[in-house]
Amino acid sequence: MRHVITLLVENEFGVLARVAGLFSGRGFNIESLGVAETLDPTTSTMTIVTRGDDQIIEQVIKQLNKLVSVIKVVDLIDKDFVEREMVLVKVSANAETRGEILRVVDIFRGKVIDVGSKTYTIEVTGDEKKINALLSLLKPLGIKELVRTGRVAMVRGSKTSTEPS
Amino acid sequence: MKKTGAQIVVECLKKEGVDTLFNYPGGAVLPLFDELQDAPFHQILVRHEQAAVHAADGYARATGKVGVALVTSGPGATNTVTGIATAFMDSIPIIVMTGQVPTLLIGNDAFQEVDIIGITRPCTKHNYLAKEVRDLARILKEAFYIARGGRPGPVLIDLPKDVIVDSTEFKYPEKTFSRGYQPTYEGHSGQIQRAVNLILKSKRPLFYIGGGIISSNASKELTLFAERLGIPVTMTLMGLGGFPGSHPLSLGMLGMHGTYPANMAVMESDLLIAVGSRFDDRVTGKIESFAPQARIIHIDIDPTSISKNVRVDLPIVGDCKRVLSRILSLLEEEDVRSFKESLDKWYHQIGKWKGLHKMDYQQGEIIKPQYVIEKIYELTKGDAIITTEVGQNQMWAAQYYPFTKPRTLLTSGGLGTMGYGFPAAIGAQVAFPHKLVIDIAGDGSFQMNSQELATVSQYQLPVKVIILNNGYLGMVRQWQEFFYGKRYASSSLEGVSPDFVKLAEAYGAVGLKATRPDEVIPTLKKAFTIPRPVIVDFEVDPEENVYPMVPAGEPLNQMRLV
Repeated sequence: MRHVITLLVENEFGVLARVAGLFSGRGFNIESLGVAETLDPTTSTMTIVTRGDDQIIEQVIKQLNKLVSVIKVVDLIDKDFVEREMVLVKVSANAETRGEILRVVDIFRGKVIDVGSKTYTIEVTGDEKKINALLSLLKPLGIKELVRTGRVAMVRGSKTSTEPS
Repeated sequence: MKKTGAQIVVECLKKEGVDTLFNYPGGAVLPLFDELQDAPFHQILVRHEQAAVHAADGYARATGKVGVALVTSGPGATNTVTGIATAFMDSIPIIVMTGQVPTLLIGNDAFQEVDIIGITRPCTKHNYLAKEVRDLARILKEAFYIARGGRPGPVLIDLPKDVIVDSTEFKYPEKTFSRGYQPTYEGHSGQIQRAVNLILKSKRPLFYIGGGIISSNASKELTLFAERLGIPVTMTLMGLGGFPGSHPLSLGMLGMHGTYPANMAVMESDLLIAVGSRFDDRVTGKIESFAPQARIIHIDIDPTSISKNVRVDLPIVGDCKRVLSRILSLLEEEDVRSFKESLDKWYHQIGKWKGLHKMDYQQGEIIKPQYVIEKIYELTKGDAIITTEVGQNQMWAAQYYPFTKPRTLLTSGGLGTMGYGFPAAIGAQVAFPHKLVIDIAGDGSFQMNSQELATVSQYQLPVKVIILNNGYLGMVRQWQEFFYGKRYASSSLEGVSPDFVKLAEAYGAVGLKATRPDEVIPTLKKAFTIPRPVIVDFEVDPEENVYPMVPAGEPLNQMRLV
């Protein structure tokens, strides 16, 4: 099952390696990973998307909690949460396809952020479903390159998941 | 007042109550060694960095204090890895300080540079690269706090040369602040009450205790608990000594080479109370059929140990000592009385098992290794610190020496590190100069760190190494006999080992040898009375096996008994 885990960690060198090592040392794959500083410059948040059965994820979360540099771990899958990802897509564009691409981008509330003689570079933000839908429409038109930020996520409502408890 | 990094390290070690260092110098740490020259620590120069860490580990296991090792960068650091992993698997609090090239050179493939932080990340509880001298005091304070707190473990501190040379204003932090490290010591009171109820309802209860009993100093509480309720106890290798092996409620060790009653009791128990143990595969055998009838209560300070291998019915995260005391304090006298009365059938069953398939061997013309162990116990009356190497020697020591006190068995349980016992004995002997410290060794394992003969001679540490010399890597040979059609690939050492008596003498230690059973007692007596390091070479039955044995991956009641 897919899990979205957010971590509040110390903002210091080596923390990413400790977290990543915990996954790699057990042969678990990280599907997506986002890391950045929080408002407090001594901490960072990480958003990790991974898959595994309940027992594996329970063990991963306990192990993450055990890391000295990790302050808090929350598995968002138990909660009501929002997630977003941003993608940059470079699509082949010619006289015939330009209009179609622009329509698709508009429907998905994306932006064309770079125009080349033979390409458009598009920026779109959304959840996994939306991004995948967009990509499936652009694919037949010729995707030349794709870069995704990885997921970021947050619980809904006034609660927070990255406040140190 | 300003102090150099090296001076700060020395001051912090003093503040932490360190009295002994196991070390090996080298270029990158020379400024620190220079400072240590005038420091009030007992410093033991080992002959290989691996031994420095095992000795610090042995010191820690024997005393309960944090052991400290100091080595140089590069190969000095990489040589510590086996020692660190050994301590990590067995939850032993040690600090390993490694030298490092100056910060400006880090990452440049400088001479004797290695990324020891990266290398030891998965086998330390935590590690630190001290990048600036002003961080040193905080790092040292935190390192000791983390090493000994919660589930103890090794912490490595990497010390670049410029950091120990630079100066800063020294202020020792009185408190540590670590928002990411807050172990739970007190068990959850609701869970504790549930445990009381489960225990009182059980008909065939069994304690399954591990090394956590020893690291939390909970033997007294456990013994009180077991006696008050009359609950039998089985121990893992790491738990030996946590409950007196000679106690009528003791079933001895469980698992792959566990006793018949211990393994049968696990299979028949209806309530397993796991305390400070972690359901290792050598303990459980086939995991699906481990304790099939039992509800399981698991008391452990490390949440990751709980429900890792076996789903437990009632987890209690907390310090074993405190949780056991709490449960004990909640028991009402009346309940205890009726509970104990209900255990008669269980005792009867256990008594039957105890009568069957006793640990046994036939002492004939050739010395049996088990006989040597039994005689060591008889002669010392259990008043000794025993270390072991790994393999048959270790299992026979576990089976035939009923450890009665905690911290009297120092053995590499989780990692199974050959070569551990001798340097660990050095650590224990340094901590307890007047105690009898005995390394029960094999001819194979001993050679993995035999260079430490120089160390015991130099400091006149009267460690006794008892080599059960069977001319084989015995446990490997045993597996090959059982599972590989007696094809003894690379496991024979017959005729190719050194003369251990001469080896001892070459290093200035005493060497003794015995080949006949009637020589065992006089040789041991002699070894134990010589106030110097002694190596005893016992030529034992080369093809003796460790029984019982549950083949890997089989249920615990599938024991090979002969």
